[in-house]
Amino acid sequence: MTSVALGAEARARVATQTHGADSTVRLDAVTVAYRGAVVLKPLTLDITAGEILAMIGPSGSGKTTALRAVAGFVRPVSGRIHIGGADVTDLPPYERGLAMVVQNYALFPHMRVADNVAFGLKARGAAKPLIEERVNDALRIVGMQKFLKRYPRELSGGQQQRVAIARALAVRPRVLLLDEPLSALDAQIRRSMVEEIARLHADLPGLTILYVTHDQSEALTLADRIAILKDGALSAIGRTGDLYRRPPNRFAAEFLGRANLLPVVIEENPGKDGLVAVRAGGERLVVASDGALPGARRLLCVRPQHLTLTAEHGYSNKIGARLREVLWQGELTHLVAEVGDTVMRIVATRLPSLPERGAPLDLFFAPADASLIPEEAGV
Amino acid sequence: MSDLAVRAAPARLNFNGLWVAPPLIVLGLTFLYPLVLIARAAVVGDAGIDLGGFLSVLHSRAFLNALINTGLIALAATAGCLALGLTLALILAFVPFPGSTLVARLIDTFIALPTFLVTLAFTFLYGSAGMLNGALTQSFGLSEPPVQFLYSAWGVILAEVTVYTPFVLRPLLAAFSLVDQSQIEVAGLLGARPWRIIRSVILPAALPAAIAGGSLCLLLTVNEFGIVLFIGAKGVITLPLLIYDKAIQESDYQAACAIAIVNVALSLGLFSLYRLAARRLGG
Repeated sequence: MTSVALGAEARARVATQTHGADSTVRLDAVTVAYRGAVVLKPLTLDITAGEILAMIGPSGSGKTTALRAVAGFVRPVSGRIHIGGADVTDLPPYERGLAMVVQNYALFPHMRVADNVAFGLKARGAAKPLIEERVNDALRIVGMQKFLKRYPRELSGGQQQRVAIARALAVRPRVLLLDEPLSALDAQIRRSMVEEIARLHADLPGLTILYVTHDQSEALTLADRIAILKDGALSAIGRTGDLYRRPPNRFAAEFLGRANLLPVVIEENPGKDGLVAVRAGGERLVVASDGALPGARRLLCVRPQHLTLTAEHGYSNKIGARLREVLWQGELTHLVAEVGDTVMRIVATRLPSLPERGAPLDLFFAPADASLIPEEAGV
Repeated sequence: MSDLAVRAAPARLNFNGLWVAPPLIVLGLTFLYPLVLIARAAVVGDAGIDLGGFLSVLHSRAFLNALINTGLIALAATAGCLALGLTLALILAFVPFPGSTLVARLIDTFIALPTFLVTLAFTFLYGSAGMLNGALTQSFGLSEPPVQFLYSAWGVILAEVTVYTPFVLRPLLAAFSLVDQSQIEVAGLLGARPWRIIRSVILPAALPAAIAGGSLCLLLTVNEFGIVLFIGAKGVITLPLLIYDKAIQESDYQAACAIAIVNVALSLGLFSLYRLAARRLGG
């Protein structure tokens, strides 16, 4: 992408200038209510400097409310918000040293691209030469330096979002808030923008980003850590890979990627290798233990792409199933199978031959690819 | 190509042109014909066409004073309407408070009130024998009422501002409701304080509405008759009042019609400005 080559120097300059200030964020039991109705239950979390924390959850989960509380647009009824170690709960948005990119870009329609990007710098009283330098740097970073004189209406959606990102970066924010920034873009541009944001953060490692999205793939691609919210409360939080591989509850398992959840009963005490034998119907399986004692009921969580139809090396667990549906999608084939009363999904990249519907199948998976989670849904 | 496609459509009678006739006839009888009569009366005297009489009216001191008064009062009242309307619209749109909708509706009702009612209320409040002067003369033992602005051009301006501010307020509120809230929030987070947000984000978005509302105010205040007549401010003669004086008091219909022609031209010019602004607003 052109912005990479053209913006390398600008990125280096931004990276060395931007983030000297402490950019940690701490929410300490932050609670938000509208007219007495609590929309964000006491939320405590820390975002470390330079980290991308993705906040995901369904509509009404409180993720945008949490971001708006950090921005200062809503005032918590209780709890404190700290940015860079300082309590900013009582500060207005313009004194918090943040910047935000939103879904509809929110570019000022009567201003040219250069004026949009310069807006924050002018508002902060920056000198004219500095404004010029920063505007050029920010636009170079996002590959929009040729569009200085354009009005937002003369740009495509993707270009407008790049300008919005440049406008946010130009003020050298301590923390960048991204509120569903790619939701208005079509799938192809969204994929390219996700890569662009990932590259941007790699070049600006000191920039702390709070990324609110309902799109799990954006979160998985970009985030160092993911916080999953449900019904106004934190349901799960963890490093992206850990949360995906070892979801702590059913909601996290099902919201972050697709998950097969098979009811099992613990058969014995965990071994020294951290594995434990469980029983699913008539099958005896070995999976990583969650510390539960024999007799305890759990859900065995295994991702569709971790199930195979052949016993490859290390895939020591076998479950008997019956094929219900085959959905060929070009690069991938989705199989739907039944294990007792449980529907299991399998995603295969290649199959020697498509099995017939109703045919018995053996499903294989490795102990390391499965985890045990409590039966209840989570928060 | 199929036979159906090439077959000519059956001839149909087209009455579209005829439907234009009734509104044109009504417009002609109620507006254009009287206007032609006024124009004719302005330039035709007892002895035939009299352009000299028409021009002498336009060069008279009374006409020029009335023209200047009309312009100044209309401009001042429009500026007042814009300032007050803008302030009220900003408060009503962006400063949430209980009852803001009710307040907006109450202000709207001024549009429905006859203009003399506001003037009458002003007489009770600020007139020589009004509440304010009564309270001041009693409190300070004054022999003369100290507040006399009502019987000057300022009184006319104040009354017009009170009556016509809703004409600015309404389009401004409509424009403010269309301002993207996220633009305001992003601007704030980028470091802009409220006044900068108003100046740089909100007002540019509302500019067409302000121009449209202001143009309408200007049009209405140029033609305002009731308020000026009712207040009876000494020496404050505007074009409509001068037309009234010439036609009713002096029975000088040629002069009245000559002034009316100028007044109509002024109004049509301002109306064109209003339409232009309204089109930009999307109205």
